[in-house]
Amino acid sequence: MSTYAQKKGFGATIWDYLTTVDHKKIAILYLIAGGIFFILGGLEAVFIRIQLAVPDNNFVTAGQYNEILTMHGTTMIFLAAMPLLFAFMNAIMPLQIGARDVAFPFLNSLGFWLFFFGGLFLNLSWFLDGAPDAGWTSYASLSLDSAGHGIDFYALGLQISGAGTLIGGINFLVTIINMRAPGMTYMRMPLFTWSTFVASALILFAFPPLTIGLFFLIFDRMFGSNFFDPTMGGNTILWEHLFWIFGHPEVYILILPAFGIFSEIFATFSRKRLFGYSSMVFATVLIGFLGFMVWAHHMFTTGMGPVANAIFAVATMAIAVPTGIKIFNWLFTMWGGSIKFTTPMLWAVAFIPSFVAGGVTGIMLATAAADYQYHDSYFVVAHFHYVIVGGVVFALLAGTHFYWPKMFGTMLNEFLGKITFWLFLIGFHLTFFIQHFLGLMGMPRRIFTFLKGQGLETGNMISTVGAIFMSIAVIVLLINIVITSVKNEKVGNDPWEDGRTLEWALPSPPPFYNFKQLPLVRGLDAYWIEKMEGKQGMTPAEPLGDIHMPNNSIIPVIMSIGLFIAAFGAMYHNEHSWGIPVLIGGMLITLLSMFFRSVKDDHGFHIHKEDLLEDEDKGGKA
Amino acid sequence: MHAEEKFTHETWPASPERATLEAKNKFLGFWLFLGGETVLFASLFATYLALKDKVPNAEQALAKDLFELPLVFIMTMLLLTSSLTSVYAMYHMKNFHFKKMQLWLGITVLLGLAFLGFEIYEFNHYVHEFHHTFSSSAFGSAFYTLVGFHGAHVALGLLWITTLMVRNARRGLSLYNAPKFYVASLYWHFIDVVWVFIFTVVYLMGMVG
Amino acid sequence: MKRLANWRLLLMFAVMSLLTGCGENYLSALKPAGEVAQMQYDLMKLSTAIMVGVIAVVTIIFIIVVFRFRRKSNDEMPKQVEGSHTLEIIWTVIPILLLLVLAVPTVAATFKLADVSPMEKKNKDGKTDALVVNVRSNLYWWEFEYPDEKIVTSQDLVVPTDEKVYFNLKASDVKHSFWIPAAGGKMDTNTDNINKFWLKFDSKSAEKAENVFYGKCAELCGPSHALMDFKVKTVSREEFDKWVKDMQEVKKPAKPETAKAQAGQEVFNKSCIGCHAVTPANSTPEKARVGPNLSNFGERERVAGILEHNKENVEKWIKDPESYKPGNKMTGKYNLSDEEIDAVSEYLMGLKVQE
Repeated sequence: MSTYAQKKGFGATIWDYLTTVDHKKIAILYLIAGGIFFILGGLEAVFIRIQLAVPDNNFVTAGQYNEILTMHGTTMIFLAAMPLLFAFMNAIMPLQIGARDVAFPFLNSLGFWLFFFGGLFLNLSWFLDGAPDAGWTSYASLSLDSAGHGIDFYALGLQISGAGTLIGGINFLVTIINMRAPGMTYMRMPLFTWSTFVASALILFAFPPLTIGLFFLIFDRMFGSNFFDPTMGGNTILWEHLFWIFGHPEVYILILPAFGIFSEIFATFSRKRLFGYSSMVFATVLIGFLGFMVWAHHMFTTGMGPVANAIFAVATMAIAVPTGIKIFNWLFTMWGGSIKFTTPMLWAVAFIPSFVAGGVTGIMLATAAADYQYHDSYFVVAHFHYVIVGGVVFALLAGTHFYWPKMFGTMLNEFLGKITFWLFLIGFHLTFFIQHFLGLMGMPRRIFTFLKGQGLETGNMISTVGAIFMSIAVIVLLINIVITSVKNEKVGNDPWEDGRTLEWALPSPPPFYNFKQLPLVRGLDAYWIEKMEGKQGMTPAEPLGDIHMPNNSIIPVIMSIGLFIAAFGAMYHNEHSWGIPVLIGGMLITLLSMFFRSVKDDHGFHIHKEDLLEDEDKGGKA
Repeated sequence: MHAEEKFTHETWPASPERATLEAKNKFLGFWLFLGGETVLFASLFATYLALKDKVPNAEQALAKDLFELPLVFIMTMLLLTSSLTSVYAMYHMKNFHFKKMQLWLGITVLLGLAFLGFEIYEFNHYVHEFHHTFSSSAFGSAFYTLVGFHGAHVALGLLWITTLMVRNARRGLSLYNAPKFYVASLYWHFIDVVWVFIFTVVYLMGMVG
Repeated sequence: MKRLANWRLLLMFAVMSLLTGCGENYLSALKPAGEVAQMQYDLMKLSTAIMVGVIAVVTIIFIIVVFRFRRKSNDEMPKQVEGSHTLEIIWTVIPILLLLVLAVPTVAATFKLADVSPMEKKNKDGKTDALVVNVRSNLYWWEFEYPDEKIVTSQDLVVPTDEKVYFNLKASDVKHSFWIPAAGGKMDTNTDNINKFWLKFDSKSAEKAENVFYGKCAELCGPSHALMDFKVKTVSREEFDKWVKDMQEVKKPAKPETAKAQAGQEVFNKSCIGCHAVTPANSTPEKARVGPNLSNFGERERVAGILEHNKENVEKWIKDPESYKPGNKMTGKYNLSDEEIDAVSEYLMGLKVQE
């Protein structure tokens, strides 16, 4: 619908996006907001690397460094990686299952705005009292000791954006269970949809422990409770457990959709059905399940005792099995295929060795006794950047190039895309490979500087050079986006020509109701099957009829602003008398919006058959 | 079937809470939400068990000093009964007896209010008689958070059901509001189940020592 | 198949040589200096070997795929294969076997490293036969108490070589983590409980490290987390016993030798003694030991754990601790003139327990 939007005035476009409940527009909102936070987090990473380029550097102070490292981690995980994945889930998943929208369009919008205002709140800390400085893990003794309001921003901001994520997770689950097109059985769902499904289930069960942990932190810091104060009977290890019961599934929430994106890309550009589809689905579900059994491997040095350590070590190793299955299935998808090295495919191909490297260090970390050496050293930093950058960020960049035409109707430039790829790939390995060795050579993580003469100089310098490469790569990507958006050369349904799944059967971008008639799905890779039989598009599963659509609404924005205001009240109530009234006022805004939403009937509207027929030339055929 | 359609006793479907796609989504989405809520309460229960009786000094009251069976038994009975009355309400909803549904929902709300009243009395009692407060110890924090979180759920549930009753008082049942009534009653059952666990884990186990 | 084996070996050697060649003897986990570090290093080598094998297999398939199956013409249409049960079973079973090979020694080592039973065994004097050190971490310094010997020191941990040393670990403010990379992995110092573990320092490796190992805080604890270093001095058992005896004999603060140091002592007793003790006995309660014990300050390796040990640095440190360790608890607790600082530094540098 961006073509319609462009014809409107600027204000009308803004209003349209503020009130939209269309999954494709919400996807664009997620992409823009997540992209901005990604750049912010990236800047923070560059600052970290500049500070650590040489020993005894004072580019930033110790206190600032801790703020930067905390915000880098928190931003990248909660405000960049997850929202960017949500962008693709929103943009693509409903199309892949042949749905006209998600199950709860209103909640979809609410989820986005909660995330956005939570992220905004968190980042306002830079301008008010300083950013959080206890690491993204915010371990309780340090987070209670930390002065100022930094940790308050962390706890309240994540609470708000976390609620948005939870809502998004439920929404995707219901969408996938209830709204699949006729013939789209579970075992015909594209792997990206499957991974969205499992990741959403993980969100549903992993976020509540974080919510509770954050509540405890908020209560302890702002409302006088004693959950984490040992002198009052509290227990700081409780936070570690709650955080990691959330935190470990969280990394699978990130990596599974990334696996999904790559699965689509491998099959598409090898022109071959995904090898071992059923075992891929099984492996995805198994990884999701095991993800809940291994949280304590983040706590091997906490002092849980050898029994717990041994159990969690072995459980963690078990995850290597389904992950290995996936790696080999991808390799054998390409085996015997006809591989075209487009930019998305380059990312996918490069992902395999990068992620395997991160995976095997994961197994090394799982060996509890040896982990006492790796834990909280740069070895761990290297490991999780190998899996999160080499897995998730590669997938996000691959997905951006791959799905850009479907989301915006125009292709990104392939030449610039490949420059981005090579610069980023080289920079990535330069930055992080050496960090394994820095860690083993005795460099703890989260240090703002290191002293001369400990043999750490060369490695850190190399690492910083790598970071510069990655920064240039991202700048090239931004230039690419600007150039191609200005040119705006329109593309058809299937711009990569090898599209296999339903989304490629639709125009780019699809009409706002997606499918004029719901398609009949006859197997895995539904669109590919029709193409191979020489058909132009999908066979409809229903006669042309009226389509029911939801109304736009501004309420999600108002509800989110209410919580945003309330958070300020909670944070300042101990030092300002206006705190409590603002807290209550903000909550009232949210509650009254909920009340309004609840009592005002909203039946949506219908697009009539006649209008759809008129729309024919716009290509709503499916 | 459309949400706006008018119904009679004969045309009313057997499962009005799942008759339209919107209703099906709401039904499933709410079940999933309750799944998340279960984890939320599980975390609170785990915390409570970890911090139970963890107090800074010997003068502070412990679980065995605080709780009295008669009071919580009455509260349990009130909430269990309210769960039953909401089942009656849903029975009448399914049979298109709007007035009877409203009546039973009204009784549910009254029972819930009584429960809430007792809970407020109970908290007040602990604070004034035992100086057992939210800030007095980790035990206090964990107790009030768990039980209070449940109490907040009860309050929200009451507001929700009351809003639905008032909003639809003059409109009668439709496929648009039937699922709303249904998920509200689901929520009420969930609150009740959580209370059964609180009764067992906090009160019964607390009195044993 | 021959080619495959060669590849593997080559890669394995490459990684192994990387693993062994790195870091300083006094700091690197790759230069194990005792039983614990050695066990961990062996596990590292085992897991690396297995993992390099896995990487080799993946790499070979990867290279074949990427070169052999490029699209040559746009009309190519590969066969659509569903999968292969045989292959899938192979790449499920082999990883499981490999993991078992790794899991067994992992579990064994985990239990061995957690065995601190000698700490519990008291002999007839009510002491333990094994050496026990109570480590207490504080915002940005370390205290080492030898409970059986009834002495306290800080920043420089003194341990005998070639025997197991047992540690009780705890934190007094926020969580820290106790790590001597060359001697073995880390253990957290929690605010809630006491953690226990052991390390062993090998005399030959200690020699290579010139008998001083570097210790680090490995858990983010505030602005100066990076600077919360300590040193480990390794000595033979006889020397250790002598050191303990020397420490125990210090009942009163060491006598200043110069007039300036005399003046320094007076300043110290007025402004510093509230936090810093200059006698090593552990008779004062833990809560009263607010700052590092300075009894043998003149014999320490570093000033404040990080600066080279000379009088000039002591003066700089006392004058403006905030610029060396941001967020420390000493800044602003006293008000001394340059002259007084000069005197105090002279006094501190003279605090020695051994000749």
